[in-house]
Amino acid sequence: MPQKTARRAGRRATARRFTRRDIAVLGVLLGIPVLLDIVIVWGPALASVGLSFTSWDGIGDIHWVGGDNYENLVEDYPAFWPAVRHNLLWIAFLGLVATPFGLFLAVLIDRGVRFSRFYQSVLYMPVVLSLAVVGFMAQLLLGTDQGVVNTILDNRNDPVDWLGDSSINLWMMMLAASWRHTGYVMILYLAGLKSVDPALKEAAAIDGANERQTFFRVTLPTLRPVNVIVGVITVIEALRAFDIVYAVNKGRNGLELLSVLITDNIIGEASRIGFGSAIAVFLLAVSLGFIVTFLVQELRGAREK
Amino acid sequence: MSRRNLLRGAAVGAGAVTLPALLTGCGDGPGGNKNEVTVGSNASDAVPKKAFAAAFDAYEKQSDKKVKVNTTEHNEFQQNITRYLQGSPDNVFMWFAGYRMQYFAEKGLLIEISDVWEDFKGFSPALKEQSTHEGKQYFVPYYYYPWAVFHRKSLFEKQGYEQAKNWDQFIALAKKMHKDGTPVAFCDKDGWPAMGTFDYINMRLNGYDFHKSLMAGEEAWTDQKVKKVFDLWRELMPYYQKGALGRTWEEAGQGLQQRRTGMAVFGMPHPGSQFPVDERDDIDFFAFPEIDPQFGQDAVEAPIDGFLIAKKSRNVEGAKDLLAWLGTAEAEDVYLKGDPNNVAVNDGADTAKYSPLQKKSAELVSKAKHISQFLDRDTRPDFAQTVMIKALQDFISNPKDVDGLVNSIERQKKDIFST
Repeated sequence: MPQKTARRAGRRATARRFTRRDIAVLGVLLGIPVLLDIVIVWGPALASVGLSFTSWDGIGDIHWVGGDNYENLVEDYPAFWPAVRHNLLWIAFLGLVATPFGLFLAVLIDRGVRFSRFYQSVLYMPVVLSLAVVGFMAQLLLGTDQGVVNTILDNRNDPVDWLGDSSINLWMMMLAASWRHTGYVMILYLAGLKSVDPALKEAAAIDGANERQTFFRVTLPTLRPVNVIVGVITVIEALRAFDIVYAVNKGRNGLELLSVLITDNIIGEASRIGFGSAIAVFLLAVSLGFIVTFLVQELRGAREK
Repeated sequence: MSRRNLLRGAAVGAGAVTLPALLTGCGDGPGGNKNEVTVGSNASDAVPKKAFAAAFDAYEKQSDKKVKVNTTEHNEFQQNITRYLQGSPDNVFMWFAGYRMQYFAEKGLLIEISDVWEDFKGFSPALKEQSTHEGKQYFVPYYYYPWAVFHRKSLFEKQGYEQAKNWDQFIALAKKMHKDGTPVAFCDKDGWPAMGTFDYINMRLNGYDFHKSLMAGEEAWTDQKVKKVFDLWRELMPYYQKGALGRTWEEAGQGLQQRRTGMAVFGMPHPGSQFPVDERDDIDFFAFPEIDPQFGQDAVEAPIDGFLIAKKSRNVEGAKDLLAWLGTAEAEDVYLKGDPNNVAVNDGADTAKYSPLQKKSAELVSKAKHISQFLDRDTRPDFAQTVMIKALQDFISNPKDVDGLVNSIERQKKDIFST
């Protein structure tokens, strides 16, 4: 109790130290970012939620249609559920295959393989490319008639349709996206591994832990902050995957993703802005789900410390 | 520096950064120059771009006005058209005839040019109809290109193939080509090339009128007639080259040129622009074969491209003057000198310099009773873009489930046409 009053008193004291001008200056400085945040981030997000209950072609009047868009989306729109599945698969693939592989490479390089600098730069190279560029490269490699892979396989009479066959193309795209993602993750983990105190490992070794135990029980837990960053990056990369599938086949025929459906409906002559917004709101909900889970876990983790 | 000064400095800095941006946002910019007409062009490919430049040069020479062309990559142009027309469009812009023009006229985004049309000579009533919405003209047609079954003359001679007149002959020909290792070319990675085949089978089987009302959303896609279209199409599927969904139209055109495939349902520029100049005389075509004798081959798919004026155009007078010139036969002659893959719409155009292929195209269209545009130009853009592309791609990858397919199209059609 006394502590509390003391704090309150302290606050009153500091408040008095600000003149009116200070408050004005602070108000402007805080106000501008808040305003920008509202205008640039929250405004469009809330506008999307609002528009998702309407029908609008971008030119004429906006009609209120209630939940029709959502109903049509779930029941009639054949691309919707595949897109949801593909998005989840994308997250799973990056999270369960590409990210662990990046960690694996980081550990290998950190242990000092020969030519490790060389591997490091080679593996990091794709990170500087835009995903759209990776998509164009994938087309050069995997094209049906003129692609490098089919030319090497020499199967002109029965070409594998790497990009057109809807049972393969998504996997090819996830591989191509992983090519870049792995390097990214590797660099982050390399930085993390360099900062792990070698004394910890020595202590573990003295306690009789083998290398595996040392890694999973000692090294990995000390990498916790890096793990969180990598986790967030993985989810974000997966959810914003768009450029690569759009570059390859406009995100159609097996490469549907929620982001593509939004673009397809809103951009272009179609201009089904209400319907597209409904998909956007769904994607927003999915993203918020991941972000909130992360934040809750983070806050809980921080409190436990 | 005290903290207060720092804060003040930061506030002034923030203002300095944001204010100019806000101010320029309000400004109206310089007004239009009356002696300069700007043209929004979607002709981003090399051949048409050069040909258009020649046409505008000719206009500059015979008038005292300047033409400034702003070219945008054609897909991008199409993607942004709605926003383009509502933003600050060029004085004149390139676009398509038919429903896609009427849609913007309906929305009040175009300027009526009936007065320009009064002086036009050499346009058929069918062309005028394609340029008209509710009795008013909005569009100046410039050229068209027919869709047909294209092939290499030399390959047909060598293999003893004969052009097909009806569906049975067509299937027999496709079967033979497939057996000879030069299957029928097929591609739909871009999402639209397959639409041409759908349009033709539907028009040959059910007639132009049914096709038109199906596109207008007035017929049910679950109709037995539509299912029959897909059933017929499926007969052709085994003889197509594999991997259509991974192939662009450019690749399919090159396959035809390299004699790896026997024939393709295409529009004239598609094989035309993939053949080297000295092999262009080897391209030939035949009209899409007859299916129901009642309709014969009376309809031809021939998309028309041309020019329009946006409502927000800043120099309407100059724009109309340019359009009046573009509607003359002379203007089309200048263009077609540089682009052998299209055909003039104006009857007065000089056909003496036409290639045999252009002559044949002009003949094909002039004999037609009905001219269709193309699936994505004959129906609502939102329906074509968000429903039909996926539906046809689904059909190509799984041709068996026609019932499921047409039910899904019909449900989505109802959702879209009801808004």
